[in-house]
Amino acid sequence: MAIAKVNGVEVEFEPGMTVLQVAELAGEEIPRFCYHERLSIAGNCRMCLVEVKPGPPKPQASCALPAAEGQEIFTKTPMVKKAREGVMEFLLINHPLDCPICDQGGECDLQDQAVGYGRDDSRYEENKRAVEEKAMGPLIKTVMTRCIQCTRCVRFITEVAGSPEIGLISRGEDVEITTYLGAAVTSELSANVIDLCPVGALTSKPYAFEARPWELKKTESVDVMDALGSWIRVDARGSAVLRVLPRNNDDVNEEWISDKTRYAVDGLGRQRLDRPYVRDAAGRLAPATWSEAFAAVAAKIKTTAPERIGVIAGDLQDAESLKATKDLFTALGVKNLDSRQDGAALGQGPREGWLFNSTIAGIENADVVLFVGANPRLEAPVLNARFRKQWIAGKTRFGVIGEKADLTFDYDYLGAGAQTLSGLAKSKSDFVAALKAAERPAIIIGQGALARADGAAILKAAAGLGKTIKVVRDGWNGWNVLHTAAARVAGLDMGFVPAEGGLATADMLKPGALDVLFLLGADECETAATGAFKIYLGTHGDAGAHKADVILPGAAYTEKNGLYVNLEGRVQMGKRAVFPKGEAKEDWSILRALSEVLGHKLPYDSLDQLRAKLFADHPTFGQIDFAPGSVATSFDIDALGVAGEVSDAPFESAIKAFHLTNPVARASVTMAECAAVASGAAKIAAE
Amino acid sequence: MSVRRLAKEQPASFAFSADSQAKADWWKAKYPAVRKQSAVIPMLWLAQKQEGWISEPAIQEIAKQLEMPVIRVLEVATFYVMFQLQPVGKVAFVQLCGTTPCQLRGALDLKQVLKDKIGDANHVSADGKFSWEEVECLGACCNAPMAAINDYYYEDLTPESLAQILDDFAAGKAPKPGSYDGRGASEPKGTIHTLTDPKLYDGSYAKKIKIPNLPEKPKATKAKPEPTA
Repeated sequence: MAIAKVNGVEVEFEPGMTVLQVAELAGEEIPRFCYHERLSIAGNCRMCLVEVKPGPPKPQASCALPAAEGQEIFTKTPMVKKAREGVMEFLLINHPLDCPICDQGGECDLQDQAVGYGRDDSRYEENKRAVEEKAMGPLIKTVMTRCIQCTRCVRFITEVAGSPEIGLISRGEDVEITTYLGAAVTSELSANVIDLCPVGALTSKPYAFEARPWELKKTESVDVMDALGSWIRVDARGSAVLRVLPRNNDDVNEEWISDKTRYAVDGLGRQRLDRPYVRDAAGRLAPATWSEAFAAVAAKIKTTAPERIGVIAGDLQDAESLKATKDLFTALGVKNLDSRQDGAALGQGPREGWLFNSTIAGIENADVVLFVGANPRLEAPVLNARFRKQWIAGKTRFGVIGEKADLTFDYDYLGAGAQTLSGLAKSKSDFVAALKAAERPAIIIGQGALARADGAAILKAAAGLGKTIKVVRDGWNGWNVLHTAAARVAGLDMGFVPAEGGLATADMLKPGALDVLFLLGADECETAATGAFKIYLGTHGDAGAHKADVILPGAAYTEKNGLYVNLEGRVQMGKRAVFPKGEAKEDWSILRALSEVLGHKLPYDSLDQLRAKLFADHPTFGQIDFAPGSVATSFDIDALGVAGEVSDAPFESAIKAFHLTNPVARASVTMAECAAVASGAAKIAAE
Repeated sequence: MSVRRLAKEQPASFAFSADSQAKADWWKAKYPAVRKQSAVIPMLWLAQKQEGWISEPAIQEIAKQLEMPVIRVLEVATFYVMFQLQPVGKVAFVQLCGTTPCQLRGALDLKQVLKDKIGDANHVSADGKFSWEEVECLGACCNAPMAAINDYYYEDLTPESLAQILDDFAAGKAPKPGSYDGRGASEPKGTIHTLTDPKLYDGSYAKKIKIPNLPEKPKATKAKPEPTA
């Protein structure tokens, strides 16, 4: 550890740190615009000037200056103060004084730093420059006159998102941030540039002129749009969720979230089920009271044999509602329970079999990674940014069996389907040799490979390959399942799968298999064929509700306190930001009330009691914010899956349209616009 | 300098001629395969040599050949003023220096000649043969006023000589570059008044000086001749 002095105080620092980082270690705040911890250093805003000895007698840009042993850093001298005032004055020369109509107002770095480090008045009387607005797609609103050319957006899109579409064109006074000829940014992470922009040049288009930051109630929660469980902050005013912002969590999402996480929330105010419905004799869904709805459900369930009742749980459910559903229907003697709408061949054997065992942060240590039937860019965009980071660092080699998609990093394409997977261990290819020689190899298997009729056989083949290349070894577990549903791991962890002799999703949905089907927010499975009486507990008038005979309105993820287990097995707590719509109730309390009507009263009267039962029955749920990772050495990977015939159909990603994967996103206008841009429909419509 | 934009009207396509492509390949081969994009400036230059200006399809083609994001090529093309983003005269593209030394020596008169003969700056003449623009100092102040026409400097211009040069271009001739008042290069005009002492040039003013901090001379050893393969 080297030692430097910051304002006369000695600080120990790791060699390689910059002066700015060392000053921060000492607790000094250095103003900055272009510098960002997760981006490359540009050094072009000059706001971070400090005085450094030894060195030339002039202010130095601390973000780009390596700290050295014995260096003396001064952040409060008259020279530094004057330098900051000067830089701020230059920045403000061309920055419009339009804070009252700027959406960044109240959370603007330039505003804050102008107050903190700028002069109190302006000496500039000339005209300011004006810059044309740029089109960047349906998410990013541009007011480019406000741009201070920090190039954070350019660096983010190029380095992290990996779709280099934003650039800084022209030079000198005329420089402008733009996409190529006004094209929309295609990255799934594009809206993070809005957070990165230190001024109001790039702001959120759907949120434009909606609210000021101080009007919003901020709730720290977790995301359910994918299985990653990104940390988010839900900003709400009154009963409306206005926006979602990322929270920093180095172990999960760093500080990025996907566009779907950020913008699907306008779907929380549309297509909502705000009261119970019961299908009347004419076949129409008629509004009903809770007691009428419960009576209709009870009448049906009480007269049906448990073997003819089935339960399918959806992808956005919290662990508590899953637990209450399982407890209730198990008490009724129902064996047909499934939380796997897509029919993925997971849920048997040890817990490690369905987890992302390397952990999200730990996968950065892998040296060779094989994707099987997964497209991480669509299935977990934020995780994909980590793969790209590894690839840029040159630490990891990637191989893909499945779709040949643009993943924003280079990979060895090995083949399209199960045949390639089965033959891989014997392959003489360069990549396989690297995989076998790897110190920390990893297999990432996606739902595209598991959610098919031959999923169990593919799982077996992948596990066999894993055994051959020893993905599980001392101190390393490289067996990773890439989930797409936020509720999936919680469901599997509590055994929300068919009991002995029970039917799985596909069998439940066969014509005539069941008489009553209880859908717990399940919208992704095709229920048209079954003739069963359908009870739908959920939030949106989506696929499940359309075909339902009784609708019980539930709470969306921003409207209830709930536990979610992300793909690495990390139990995280979501918090209620707003109350459920209309007469809707929190899911667990609906099930609790229903249980009483059905005569099998659930043994809990509050969420805390329900959680206590959950933790007692399934101890893993009690470990909040803990990712098990590769702790278990007894994990026998060979036991996974069932040997069988595999078809030679190519693997397809579980996600076809990234922006439309769940009922919330499908109700969102913003997501619909994004999907139209992504599919090229908007372009066709314009022509 | 104004905001540099791509031209409004763009050709449908661009392709390097066989000759330009050969040169482009030579440039590409100069750099390691992973650093291919280092050839972006020579490639843009080749495209400009071929077409006279850089069109949007040319930017696309170069991005494709160098496997780099098209926005990166656009950044380079808009950064350097030597890249023309608008069509220029096919026969002669005049870049008239309008910076202080040239202006003092009569660049404003030359500007009038260009206006009369070609038209407004930054516009191609009706026949498509000529265009002109005013540029900042081209570093030939000794021979002010001057203009760069196509690839060469035409120096010590007068309104008459510039008009003659333009007429020659129009007639399909290739006017001689360089000074137009009889100077060979940038030597003083007329009689030489300074630096006339011949002793300046025979070494007699030279003094032996001792340079401090020189590295020690290596001991004289007979150098082995390099082995020839």
